[in-house]
Amino acid sequence: MKIRQLSLFLENRPGQLRFPCKVLGDAGIDIVTMSLADTAQFGILRLVVKEWERAKAVLDAAGVVVNVTEVLAVDVPDRPGGLAAVLDAFEQAGVGVEYMYASAARERGLHATLLFRLEDPDRAAKLLEAAGVKLVGPDELFARS
Amino acid sequence: MPTPVLESPIHDPAETLPVPERRALQAHRLQETVRRASAVPFYRDALGRAGATAEAVRSVDDVRRLPFTTKDDLREEYPLGLLAVPRGELARVHGSSGTTGKPTFVAYTRRDLETWSGLVARFLVAGGLRPDHLVHVAFGYGLFTGGFGLHYGIERVGAAVVPAAGGNTPRQVMLIRDLGAEVLVCTPSYALHIAEVAAAEGFRPGDLPLRLGHFGGEPWTEEMRAAIEDALGIRAFNNYGLSEVIGPGVSGECPYRTGMHVQEDHFLVECVDPDTLAHVPDGEVGELVFTTLTKEAMPVLRYRTRDLAALDRSPCPCGRTGVRMSRVVGRSDDMLIIRGVNVFPSQIEEALLRVEGTAPHYLIEVSRPGSLDEAVVKVEMRPSDFRDEMRQLQELHDRIDREIHAVTGVRMAVELVAPNTLERSAGKAKRVLDHRRTGRS
Repeated sequence: MKIRQLSLFLENRPGQLRFPCKVLGDAGIDIVTMSLADTAQFGILRLVVKEWERAKAVLDAAGVVVNVTEVLAVDVPDRPGGLAAVLDAFEQAGVGVEYMYASAARERGLHATLLFRLEDPDRAAKLLEAAGVKLVGPDELFARS
Repeated sequence: MPTPVLESPIHDPAETLPVPERRALQAHRLQETVRRASAVPFYRDALGRAGATAEAVRSVDDVRRLPFTTKDDLREEYPLGLLAVPRGELARVHGSSGTTGKPTFVAYTRRDLETWSGLVARFLVAGGLRPDHLVHVAFGYGLFTGGFGLHYGIERVGAAVVPAAGGNTPRQVMLIRDLGAEVLVCTPSYALHIAEVAAAEGFRPGDLPLRLGHFGGEPWTEEMRAAIEDALGIRAFNNYGLSEVIGPGVSGECPYRTGMHVQEDHFLVECVDPDTLAHVPDGEVGELVFTTLTKEAMPVLRYRTRDLAALDRSPCPCGRTGVRMSRVVGRSDDMLIIRGVNVFPSQIEEALLRVEGTAPHYLIEVSRPGSLDEAVVKVEMRPSDFRDEMRQLQELHDRIDREIHAVTGVRMAVELVAPNTLERSAGKAKRVLDHRRTGRS
């Protein structure tokens, strides 16, 4: 059920975001969704792409610092209180969230799809499914984009 | 003919000694120095290797037979291996920052301290200090020779000292105003910073009681002098010294300000090509080399300062006969002076080696956006150490920041950069970009 996410180290200066995006574009790799975290000194660009292995290879070759991590995609009912209910399940299951962001790939009108970086993704996946949280696998997620 | 910027007496008649007389005095003292240095195992060995003896030193030119001494030599003799007197005769120890976090120490006998304060008094008087003045000293007091060196020189003149030391600039401005200091002593960049803080508090040039400034401890320019004089409404004088030789007081300006008179009755100065070590002609820039002529505790033979400057032996209208050295225009090694503190690139390397997750690839960029130096250290990440966590990156950043501060004593901004982004040249990597030399930044 886990999704492979690429994390890219970015220096905080102009052109740093454009460069890896161009490398992926030139390789014909489509970005499914992304998130950018930054401080005054540096940033981390997190990407979900369909062909993560090929994406990592072209980014590596271009000199970009890339790290592969696993995240879980969760469908959250698209209504007030939907996310709070899901997070409640996280809390009941004792699953800690390192960070999360919204996925651009989702089924509009039905639910929002969120990507979660959790401490122990395998254990978390089991606990969350047992708690009735709907996890979205890579095939299903990519089919929506 | 240049005009003096003020009238001032000559503190010590020795400053006007006719050149032939002084050369005779120098020759005599040089021989004495070699004799004293021979008591130190390091110098005994070095003199032996050079085939030089005290008896062979008959004229000033015989200094060329003597071996050079370097900062590395001082480091290897850590802490006080170069003492030429029994420890019990020491009156004080000072030190300067070293390349490996350890300072190099220098020592003084009671008589050395008297010599030193007399030399500081010479340049202070030449630059207008009078016994009725009150002097604000914003140099650090401590191992650094600046604070105590100037302090006792001021007392020697008979003027009053406010030992304000460094830091808390608004408070410094308050002290200067409330106590009515006429004279400011600090690094030139700190003088400019005081001026800025004073301006921010609504003072206009001339509002503060200051009339004179004696600045040293770092290289500066004529443009900076003009800026300080305009901003504070003072006359600014340059002085030079280094702890290995004695501290401030090795040379200083007279009212004509056409170079700094070297106190030649106490120091023999040479100007050499840093590569060939051959003497360069007067007027040409070379590395300054000093031999102490009267130091007791720690005489030094042909100390290579790494400071680049030119010598001028033309007569000076002030009457002082000591050769004038130009401003220091650069270094023959890679030492940087950041906010008055000596920093070597190798110290950054040492700091990075203490931090896992960084490669020893770095670039130090120094600029002076306002009046104070700013240093940025760019450090390349190692890809294998990059995790997908802001916290980890932040921790890495903060560790580097702490280690650099611990090793150098200076705060520098740290920037993590991607691997292989810092320029690599064939052979020696480019470690330093100093924008202060190239422009106003």
